[in-house]
Amino acid sequence: MSKWTRVCPLEEIPRLGSRVVQIGKGDVAVFRNGADEVFALRDQCPHKGGPLSQGIVFDRRVACPLHGTTIHLDTGEAAAPDKGCTHKYRVRVDKGDVYLSLD
Amino acid sequence: MKKLELVMVGNGMAGIRTLEELLKLAPDLYDITVFGAEPHGNYNRILLSPVLAGEMTIGDIMLNDVGWYAQHGITLHLGRKVTRIDRARRRVIADDGTEAGYDRLLLATGSNPVMLPVPGIDLPGVVAYRDIKDTGKMIEAASHYRHAVVIGGGLLGLEAANGLRLRGMDVTVVHLMPWLMERQLDKTAAQMLQASLEARGLKFLLEKQTAELIAGRSGRVSAIKFKDGETLPADLVVMAVGIRPGTGLAEAAGLHCNRGVVVNDTMQTYDPRIYAVGECVSHRGVSYGLVAPLFEQAKVCANHLAQFGISRYTGSVTSTKLKVTGIDLFSAGDFIGSAGAEEIVLSDPSGGVYKKLVVKDDKIVGGVLYGDTADGSWYFQLLRDGQNIRELRNHLMFGRNHLGNAGHQGRNNAADLPDDFEVCGCNGVCKGSIVKAIKEKGLFTLNDVRKHTKASASCGSCTGLVEQILASTVGGAYQPADVSSKPLCGCTDYTHEEIRKAIIERKLKSIPEAMGFFEWRNVNGCASCRPALNYYLLCAWPHDYQDDPQSRFINERAHANIQKDGTYSVVPRIYGGVTTPAQLKRIAEVAEKYAVSALRCTGGQRINMLGVKKEDLPKVWAELDMPSGFAYGKSIRTVKTCVGSEWCRFGVQDSTSMGIALEKALDRMWAPHKVKLAVSGCPRNCAEATIKDVGIVGVDSGWEIYVAGNGGIKAEVSLFLAKMKSAEEVMEYVGAFIQLYREEARYLDRTVHWVQRVGMDYVKKRIVADAAGRQALYERLKDALRDEKDPWQERMRGTAAREFMPIRFQSQKLHSGEGHEQMDKSMPA
Repeated sequence: MSKWTRVCPLEEIPRLGSRVVQIGKGDVAVFRNGADEVFALRDQCPHKGGPLSQGIVFDRRVACPLHGTTIHLDTGEAAAPDKGCTHKYRVRVDKGDVYLSLD
Repeated sequence: MKKLELVMVGNGMAGIRTLEELLKLAPDLYDITVFGAEPHGNYNRILLSPVLAGEMTIGDIMLNDVGWYAQHGITLHLGRKVTRIDRARRRVIADDGTEAGYDRLLLATGSNPVMLPVPGIDLPGVVAYRDIKDTGKMIEAASHYRHAVVIGGGLLGLEAANGLRLRGMDVTVVHLMPWLMERQLDKTAAQMLQASLEARGLKFLLEKQTAELIAGRSGRVSAIKFKDGETLPADLVVMAVGIRPGTGLAEAAGLHCNRGVVVNDTMQTYDPRIYAVGECVSHRGVSYGLVAPLFEQAKVCANHLAQFGISRYTGSVTSTKLKVTGIDLFSAGDFIGSAGAEEIVLSDPSGGVYKKLVVKDDKIVGGVLYGDTADGSWYFQLLRDGQNIRELRNHLMFGRNHLGNAGHQGRNNAADLPDDFEVCGCNGVCKGSIVKAIKEKGLFTLNDVRKHTKASASCGSCTGLVEQILASTVGGAYQPADVSSKPLCGCTDYTHEEIRKAIIERKLKSIPEAMGFFEWRNVNGCASCRPALNYYLLCAWPHDYQDDPQSRFINERAHANIQKDGTYSVVPRIYGGVTTPAQLKRIAEVAEKYAVSALRCTGGQRINMLGVKKEDLPKVWAELDMPSGFAYGKSIRTVKTCVGSEWCRFGVQDSTSMGIALEKALDRMWAPHKVKLAVSGCPRNCAEATIKDVGIVGVDSGWEIYVAGNGGIKAEVSLFLAKMKSAEEVMEYVGAFIQLYREEARYLDRTVHWVQRVGMDYVKKRIVADAAGRQALYERLKDALRDEKDPWQERMRGTAAREFMPIRFQSQKLHSGEGHEQMDKSMPA
């Protein structure tokens, strides 16, 4: 059992971009990559807390806008040789809508 | 489908690097088998000297352990020497009978030490200096014996001698030539080097020819005898007189060899199924013994093994550094000087500094640096690029660092820095951590060091120091990156220039088209290439190209400057820095209403409103109702002005009006990097115009135009371009210069970097000498800017609204209040 909440239609997230979802206790960044896969991470870079939602998205990665740390969207892990990890949320697309689970 | 079989003979650095590159490009193309004669995985041969010196252990220098081979499914035959290649049956046969068939064979057999043909060469206690085994023998000898003789005063011999001395032996270096390292150093530098090594306790015998090695009672070597009859006690003799490419196997197989295995520019031998890389190779008649060229070969070879077929190795210019702790030495090219060459020399023997550059036809052709090698890589760059140095000549000797290079206390000599010295002031990285990372992670290039340590990865002002630390840690292996032919990023092998050319010639008008044409390795590129391509396309097709916001850095997408806490700063355009009470009132009101947490003046004489939330940006812009100041972009920033002749008692020209006119003419202009201008109304230059991308200085008879200055990381005084009488002429010259920069500089080049690369002569040729060309450039600039819209005006009217709008989780507005509680499989439509 998972609690899924509809966030927005997929088209509302730009391809190779993201949207910020405010969950009350911080923000979640919901990304859409070039292959229309969606990912959700806490909007906070493990390096110095930069808002990952504002970074450039490529492949399954995002480059943090503050200092360029690259984060894997599917795991939340920083790409080597950087270290660190940001919290990952479950997210899925169903019939053109994006659903997020905070469990 | 069955994979192709790839067999590699040799298990050294060049070969394994080729496999690593190949696995990146085509991980599933081959079943790979590796034969290595030594019983180890791949190790960093260059670091044998620190192992010998007791500064590192064998474990420290392993690059690929046995697990790495297993992890990549590579069959590894260690301690087995391939003795025969059967080209007809496409098999290799090892000394223990092991056989392997191949579709492609890669020879990476390295080189062998040259042993002098003198009696006694086979005695116990006589070793070469080539691998872990030799190093082990030397360390062993150092703990039992006293007298060591190193034959050969070249790079390797001196490193061996230094290591043995540090292990407590009494070491004499015997050298045939009149001075040490004669292939890298001139006599003066060699003598300084010798003096400093003598101070460390090493002894030297120059112009001595070895006659024979004499056995003692135990059968071990005990003395060395020279042609002149003199003898010297020797319990250990190290042969370091040179290396020879290991071609025995290839020659026996009938492959064409000429001092090395002969390959073409794709690293292919005369047998098309057989490739060769590394020290065993002869490419265009040259064999390389330094790791950097070998890694370049590896990259090219991997490209062809992966069947990409688009890469060529065209040879390398090499430079040398000595890897003896505390000694800084650099040498490159023709350092002696042939006919027609001149020398520029700076010699300070008691200060321990000697620099010599050899110049021919206004170009550097070689040089030797001793004691202060900070500028080695700069000189090397000038050499390799064949850059005309006529204008640099009078300060060339003082290097690149003689002007305020901020952020590392003005130090420019890495060797004598303590481990806790902060090298990188941006990221707080100390020398010790850099050295540790280089040693532990096996780093060879500046880029690797940047990635692992962040040193010099931000502003880059300490690049020279980091390069020196790298060079003094890996020694002869180090080679400065070749920026003249640098690919745009890791997604492609093509250079900025090649890509820009094709965008125009092939009429490529979108990022996917450009990536498709050049067969980009990653579908969406990366955070480095996408902004560059976006700019190149925009510059080439100002009216046709559809800007891609997702390929822009956030500042240029949000049209504000992101701050460390994720808020933004807003800087409205105030042309020439001249504002009005009404504007100031509005700025004050908006600042209060949106709780702008700080208001400050910028370095470019504008007002900065800090701490604005992203979602408030469109409202802030609407209420300001001022144009965007572009303080966030790779774009025109500001034109700084002084008061000028209207008010100032010294002013001779109206700098304020000129500044306003320039800022209006260049408004909304994107560029390879930020562009800052300044206009001063008299030579007192209160607007600091001589450290700007374009600086205008008013004089009584007109305006002087200066270009390519920079007041940032490294202060660079701008260079004089032309003097003009009228404001119209100034506009045309400035516009043409900036358009040339927009069209020809690489993305993220400031004007200073670009002009340093192409030379001021070139800029003058295009802007001053060629009137028609200048006018055409200026027209293209005006045309490009004619329909650029103000981004704030567009966004306050709703363009790109969702960029600024966060989604509220479970908010009423977005999905009628119902937070769905559902099973995974049964989602509502």
